[in-house]
Amino acid sequence: MSHFSAFSLLKHAFFGNKGWTEQWPDSQPKAEYDVIIVGAGGHGLGAAYYLAKEHGITNVAVIDKGWLGGGNTGRNTTIIRSNYLYDESARLYDHSVDLWENLSQELNYNVMYSRRGVLMLAHNVHDVQSFKRHIHSNRLNGVDNRWLTPQECKDYCPPLSISPKARYPVMGGALQERAGTARHDAVAWGYARGAAMRGVDILQNCPVTAIRRHPDGSVAGVETAKGFIRAKKVAVSAAGHTSVVMQTADVRLPLESYPLQALVSEPIKPVFPCVVMSNAVHAYISQSDKGELVIGSGTDQYTSYSQRGGLPLIEHTVAAITEVFPIFNRMRMLRKWGGIVDVTPDRSAIISKTPVPGLYVNCGWGTGGFKATPGAAHTFAWTVAKDEPHPINAPFTMERFRTGRLIDEAAAAAVAH
Amino acid sequence: MSRYRVAGKGRVETAQPVDFTFDGRRIRGLRGDTVASALLANGIHLMGRSFKYHRPRGPVAAGSEEPNALIGTRRGKGQFEPNTRATVQEIWDGLETTSQNKFPSLTWDIGAVNDAAYMLFSAGFYYKTFMWPKSFWDKVYEPFIRAAAGLGVSPSEEDPDSYASRYLHCDVLIVGAGPAGLAAARAACAEGLRVVLVDENSEAGGTLLSEPQARIGGTPAWVWLAQELAALRAAGVRVMTRTTAIGYYHQNMIGMVEKLTDHLPQQPADTPRERMWRVRAKRVVLAQGALEKPLVFHGNDRPGVMLAGSAQTYLNRYGVLVGRQPVVLTSHDSAWYAAFDLADAGAKVQAIVDTRATVRPDLRAEADRRGIPVKLSHTATASSGRLRVASLRINPVLNGTVGAAATIRCDAVLMSGGWTPSLHLFSHTRGSLAWDEDLTTFLPKDTPEDCVIAGASRGLWGIAAALQDGAEKGRAVAADLGAAGIARAYEVQDDRPGQGESRRELPTDRDPGRAKAFVDYQNDVTAKDLRLAVREGMRSIEHVKRYTTNGMATDQGKMSNINGLNIAADALGKAPPQVGLTTFRPPYTPTSFGAFAGYHRGAHFEVTRKTRIDSWAEDYGAVFEPVGQWRRAWYFPEAGESMDDAVRRECVATRASVGMFDASTLGKIEVVGPDAVEFMNRMYTNPWTKLAPGRCRYGLLCGDDGFIRDDGVIGRMTEDRFHVTTTTGGAARVLTMMEDYLQTEWPDLQVWLTSTTEHWATIALNGPNAAKLLAPLVDGVELTEAAFPHMSCVDCTVAGMPARLFRVSFTGEIGFEVNVPAPMGRRLWQILWDAGQPYDICAYGTETMHVLRAEKGYIIVGQDTDGTVTPHDAGLSWAVGKAKPDFVGKRGLARPDLTAKGRKQLVGLLTEDQSRLEEGAQIVFDPNQPLPMKMVGHVTSSYHSDAAGRPIALALVEGGQDRMGETVHIPMHDRVIAAKITGMVFVDPENARLKL
Amino acid sequence: MLLIHCPYCDETLPEAEFAYAGQAHVLRPQDPSAQTDEQWEEFLFIRENPKGPHFERWRHQHGCGRFFNAVRDTVSDKFLTTYRAGAPRPDLASLTESLT
Repeated sequence: MSHFSAFSLLKHAFFGNKGWTEQWPDSQPKAEYDVIIVGAGGHGLGAAYYLAKEHGITNVAVIDKGWLGGGNTGRNTTIIRSNYLYDESARLYDHSVDLWENLSQELNYNVMYSRRGVLMLAHNVHDVQSFKRHIHSNRLNGVDNRWLTPQECKDYCPPLSISPKARYPVMGGALQERAGTARHDAVAWGYARGAAMRGVDILQNCPVTAIRRHPDGSVAGVETAKGFIRAKKVAVSAAGHTSVVMQTADVRLPLESYPLQALVSEPIKPVFPCVVMSNAVHAYISQSDKGELVIGSGTDQYTSYSQRGGLPLIEHTVAAITEVFPIFNRMRMLRKWGGIVDVTPDRSAIISKTPVPGLYVNCGWGTGGFKATPGAAHTFAWTVAKDEPHPINAPFTMERFRTGRLIDEAAAAAVAH
Repeated sequence: MSRYRVAGKGRVETAQPVDFTFDGRRIRGLRGDTVASALLANGIHLMGRSFKYHRPRGPVAAGSEEPNALIGTRRGKGQFEPNTRATVQEIWDGLETTSQNKFPSLTWDIGAVNDAAYMLFSAGFYYKTFMWPKSFWDKVYEPFIRAAAGLGVSPSEEDPDSYASRYLHCDVLIVGAGPAGLAAARAACAEGLRVVLVDENSEAGGTLLSEPQARIGGTPAWVWLAQELAALRAAGVRVMTRTTAIGYYHQNMIGMVEKLTDHLPQQPADTPRERMWRVRAKRVVLAQGALEKPLVFHGNDRPGVMLAGSAQTYLNRYGVLVGRQPVVLTSHDSAWYAAFDLADAGAKVQAIVDTRATVRPDLRAEADRRGIPVKLSHTATASSGRLRVASLRINPVLNGTVGAAATIRCDAVLMSGGWTPSLHLFSHTRGSLAWDEDLTTFLPKDTPEDCVIAGASRGLWGIAAALQDGAEKGRAVAADLGAAGIARAYEVQDDRPGQGESRRELPTDRDPGRAKAFVDYQNDVTAKDLRLAVREGMRSIEHVKRYTTNGMATDQGKMSNINGLNIAADALGKAPPQVGLTTFRPPYTPTSFGAFAGYHRGAHFEVTRKTRIDSWAEDYGAVFEPVGQWRRAWYFPEAGESMDDAVRRECVATRASVGMFDASTLGKIEVVGPDAVEFMNRMYTNPWTKLAPGRCRYGLLCGDDGFIRDDGVIGRMTEDRFHVTTTTGGAARVLTMMEDYLQTEWPDLQVWLTSTTEHWATIALNGPNAAKLLAPLVDGVELTEAAFPHMSCVDCTVAGMPARLFRVSFTGEIGFEVNVPAPMGRRLWQILWDAGQPYDICAYGTETMHVLRAEKGYIIVGQDTDGTVTPHDAGLSWAVGKAKPDFVGKRGLARPDLTAKGRKQLVGLLTEDQSRLEEGAQIVFDPNQPLPMKMVGHVTSSYHSDAAGRPIALALVEGGQDRMGETVHIPMHDRVIAAKITGMVFVDPENARLKL
Repeated sequence: MLLIHCPYCDETLPEAEFAYAGQAHVLRPQDPSAQTDEQWEEFLFIRENPKGPHFERWRHQHGCGRFFNAVRDTVSDKFLTTYRAGAPRPDLASLTESLT
């Protein structure tokens, strides 16, 4: 596999681009692996990469029912930020942002991490109180996040309407300048290439039908469409399908899978310099490097694996966008799509050992998994390699649902009044 | 008449010239023209520049699938939209259009330097570079990449137009009003079935509009079409044009967008620009037709190179010759007819170049009859011409070997690579597709929805076949619905069914690795890019698509998907179905945000809930704050007052005499029934059995996880009737939660729940003079300490109105809450206001309410608690009925972490320097520690208190209730504030002021 | 937007009238205090989340207000049946049979 650089681009262009080789091979399964990772999204591929690179474990397979990066990695709105309230979350996401900042160089693959800033809008007094609580907490955690007045919000994001006549006028915003976006596919591909270079097998279109256990209860391997594959350890990173996979090992999780929709507009010349999120009106928007406005919607109310999602939610999402950015009313929606997100009761992830020896799980990312990709992959690899959690993911256990020690970011932004 | 307009051809109105502008230049077209047909009629093919290489481009198609001819369109202030398809936009006098993605001009565009470096800008090149030096990314590379993005420019002003949405229920919805759709509608419109026929075009007819030569039952196509449409309308079929079925959603719900004004020179008053139809159809017939595929060869993108079928449409529908000396390049019979039509209209067709070795003799004979040279077994290997195609380079192919080139001069190239069924809506249903080897295309297979496919969408070519299939499908769906539809038989003369072969890139004698053979025009994806992607390990069509951006342009792969798939499959050495087809996503064509938002704009974005007293507050100059969907009076500033000034005045006035407050937004639930008290015991943490009728109690509601959900004062009106109040934002949630437990866990309880939030208007009177003011107005109860003590409630009359009167206090002053039927709310308010004048009564808003309650240490759920706080954390252990065997939350409260030491607990804070803390500020024990600091809590409420004579605050602090008197620190960005932990009551701890 | 049959109103109505209410047949124990932490966790949080037929609750929020149960295929989002709260769990085999 060739090193990527401007020089290699020039050289290959000169030779008609015929010299490029595959970024990862089309592997066939071996009989046994030290670690099998179920789910070849950014989280799974990243875990394989860090297992190989940082823990010297290279006899690893990443198995996916479809093509790599084809799940939520390739379907999200690519927002990256770390201005979370609780220490546990802030640490995990900030660890991720640290890794994001060097990821292109680390992988020799341009993932286009763009520090364009994420601005979260406050539309009522409760938002203001909540955001200020975040800002103070972030400051003392060493996470950047600062308060902007409505005019400062407008200066930072010119398409924004700060009209006091709006149904929900902007009362200010919290800005994390270090936050931004990245190119989602490149993350999966970069990790895949990096892992493959280090000897990891990537098995695509190979659905895992069951996790098998030894009589003593420990993990034995996985049944797949291509037969049984033995494994010393199995690490599940299957997003919306985690419940289904884990069920086969008799591990039941506090997860529900919901359809989440997103959409893009037709491409336009750069007009939107940052990311804006507005929880109160349910609008999330940025502009891709291609020029499309990338807009996140919410989850439908019912659990589903259909990846379809309904029209009313899209109507509401677009209405929310035009409420905050009225100049986009004549823009056109180009495409909308759906993903399946696995949601925990406290809306925080689980990166944890399980009651089954040798079985690990990284799940429950809900709508926020992309931003965590490097950090989650990094700490998950540690957890699998050492059979104990990294200090950063130690709070993200399964046990917290028994003890009540939840990491409830959503509740902390509670809306009663 | 312009040089390229053909007299006697087309459906445009020759006597009705229309003037519009293109890049500032005045262009004359005819009524019925699109921007593209009008420009072509003026000999203009160059209409845009491509995305990456900025190559000059003209229209390749004549419909909504157009990838190249995208323009900005403008009507007036705020009425601009980018990326409009010139092939769809109808012209009208005064329309302003502009080309896009060019600088300084369309004919001389500096961005075209990218074209010279096209080998460098191969698929995915950006993943491989811009990484060194790292610091250049933010400052140099990324701004460079972003500046290159996009096609048109964003609108910059607010849109003055309105948009509508409507529901439509029907028995049969037919999408596509071509021959198949028309026949289906005719067959299905039996026995009163409600049939709707929609088409995205400005008029119904589909293929018939481009094939006037055909005769149906002896009647010329256009005459037949007019008769048929009249017959359909007479039969009650709703025919909707300029209406695009954009998406197929669950259970036969179809989203459709109707364009109402974009084609009109004058917008009628009160007419929305677009209307979103949410259609629920019992059956759907998809008759979307087929799309023609381009041929893939070096230079297949020059202005003047276009689809043969589209050239035929420009001629037959618009009366426009796209070239006077066209050459036809095809692998399908259909393009031969285009050659004949153009030749018959006066063009000198330079040649018909067919990739196939043999063609139907009748086609050959027709070509010969017209003197058109025919080149079989030929390939095209290049075109020339800077802003318009000038020649086509062709070579014979013999046994796979490409022979010597010849050059044909031309001013247009009409190409056809065959046809692809349009399966977009079918694909939205998650329907499965089957590969048809003969047609080398996907055909529809199974779908979970109640829909059928008719005509060319399922691979049937020709008008006769489409009519027949449509009729049969229409009859079948009618039969499905219990009606006897009639499938007529259609006899079609001069039909043009055809066949062809499917090609990947055309063979070439040059290095295919350097060819600019475009597959996705707009995104500048070439065949070599697709092969490079495969070489680099992209094995699924989804990877190839994402790596190259093939199919991601604004036509969403309508032009490029099948060609891309065939090439990628070839590169992989697999059959196309093994490589897969990318899923089509809604919307079918790009759809304006306004149509989705519909009425939900501005003030109507979401309903604004207002109390019956809101209008008084508005008259009195209140400043409002949004609380959930409610708007509430926040404070009532007098002239020149700041918010702080107003709040201080309101606080002082209330504690000095009397203040009044509109508490109508508080949630109210009537809990009634013989088991009401048992229900309350189970729902709320407090015990209720011993609460006597006529008395109230503060109620606390937890979830079964043990965390506080809501609170409010609850009155027991009678033995079996409770008047429950909730927080403003929590009303609906609390009722739902109560209903859930009542209906599904305790269905045996005889209890009825009713939301009465909007039935009552609630006015709170607080202050030492509250009783004096109120007493003269009350009938039915003496407002004395003995007859009506604090925490009492009664049904009585106030100012002659039936009222439910509570003696409660959220301020620490003597307090009453008067509930009267909502419509009487404002009248009572006025009466109380007038009666209060001798007492200098003061109206106060939510902010003053917050200050007054904080002075007394009363919490606000959602501000002082956040969903992670237990009753014990909030200092409300006294409200938890420990003796009760069960209540919602009891078990949850016993979980290990909820009983652990060191939980954050609500306390009071007094700053040592008398400064006012910021709500949300974080608390530490040791202010000198390095980052990240160990935070032990945060400030939940903070106000200046005149009553306390200093700023006060409430805060959650780790182990706070055991730390009374200790000092904690609040590090701000510029200083550290020290504060002492205290109890939560800052004013009148003995509650002396509550007594009459 | 789904169409949902309310077994109380006996009408099939658009999803906008209904509120999803999570997995069905999760019974709140008679004596919660006797539950272990594990059992209480199970009651509060652990869910089946199946890919396929799902027993779930809906409420006819903007109609009769009743909670009822449904079996819905989470892959196609099609309802196999809806039934009143308290009615026994329908036999899945017979439901899926009637589909084919």
